[in-house]
Amino acid sequence: MKSADMKANRPLSPHLQIYRPIPTMVMSIMHRITGAALYFGTLLLAWWLIALASGAAYFNFVNGFFGSFIGLLILFGYTWALIHHALGGIRHFIWDLGYAFDKDVSTKMAYMTAIGSVSLTVLIWLLVLAL
Amino acid sequence: MVQLTLPKNSKMSEGKNWGKPDGATKLTEFRIYRWNPDDGKTPTIDTYYVDRDDCGPMVLDGLIWIKNKIDPTLTFRRSCREGICGSCAMNIDGTNNLACLKGMDEVMGDVVKIYPLPHLPVVKDLVPDLTNFYTQHRSIEPWLQTTTTQPEKEWKQSREDREKLDGLYECILCACCSTSCPSYWWNSDRYLGPAVLLQAYRWLIDSRDEATGERLDNLEDPFRLYRCHTIMNCAQTCPKGLNPAKAIAEVKKMMVERRV
Repeated sequence: MKSADMKANRPLSPHLQIYRPIPTMVMSIMHRITGAALYFGTLLLAWWLIALASGAAYFNFVNGFFGSFIGLLILFGYTWALIHHALGGIRHFIWDLGYAFDKDVSTKMAYMTAIGSVSLTVLIWLLVLAL
Repeated sequence: MVQLTLPKNSKMSEGKNWGKPDGATKLTEFRIYRWNPDDGKTPTIDTYYVDRDDCGPMVLDGLIWIKNKIDPTLTFRRSCREGICGSCAMNIDGTNNLACLKGMDEVMGDVVKIYPLPHLPVVKDLVPDLTNFYTQHRSIEPWLQTTTTQPEKEWKQSREDREKLDGLYECILCACCSTSCPSYWWNSDRYLGPAVLLQAYRWLIDSRDEATGERLDNLEDPFRLYRCHTIMNCAQTCPKGLNPAKAIAEVKKMMVERRV
């Protein structure tokens, strides 16, 4: 067998399949996912604004959808994605200034992002539902 | 390019169970990635049992014990057995480490799972092909570059300037950090990766080096430097306790500072 064939035949060592999901890596992946989800969330917001401009009947229909159980669930998810991505943004801002690169500090910040985003989301919804 | 799954020829299956050694009382189970270029098969995971009363405490001791006592075909790199050569870098218990610095009792759970360094072409078993990694290291020209005339004796450096190299010069280029980085997994053809960028910073910050501008020009590229997204796997996994993520952030800061 030629050496070039040998090289072409070489398997790729496993990566994502076997790497331990350590907090900082998981939060980085979540930052990506929430960032992508926000595109769809923004489309929903645009849909609601367009409905507002299209007259009472259509607005009531869209408002009814957002008021339904599924609609509320989507909005809850959107809120969480927004808060999670915003907190992740703050984390990245701190890093961009050159701080908080210490192993333990960055792990703590990862946990704080997760806990912070969930509790802030619940808090916002409790406030909204109380109004 | 991002490909989350493994190509067909890289998918792993259950391999051989080499059985428990006779008369051993304290055993540690090893699950090890195997691939042989000569048998035409896809990679497998073999199971071995190490007799702890007959073996040293580190994962490398276990690997050498297996090679000596059970299966001489098991292939891996090792040399100094004290964390200074960087040869025995591999993925142990889910993160990259030097087998000689990781104790068998330090793994979470009971089984020691070992794979080659992630997302590299495998030469055999736990030996990956690091050619690209070394080529990238060469590309940053990791040597002192000066334009002023050579001093009669050594290039002098103040104590403070010398201290700036602490946390950088200790890097042994084991490639644990680069191969832990998802960004490097997807873009190793163009992104230099944490180890090489830490080396780049080691020369950027050296008070004796006079090629700072050229070095920064070479890194000013959407891929070479800026594919770092502060995922932090590099700093979390470095067996020498160094912080490539911090070094990369410092390079990014230098890029900004020279523009203002």
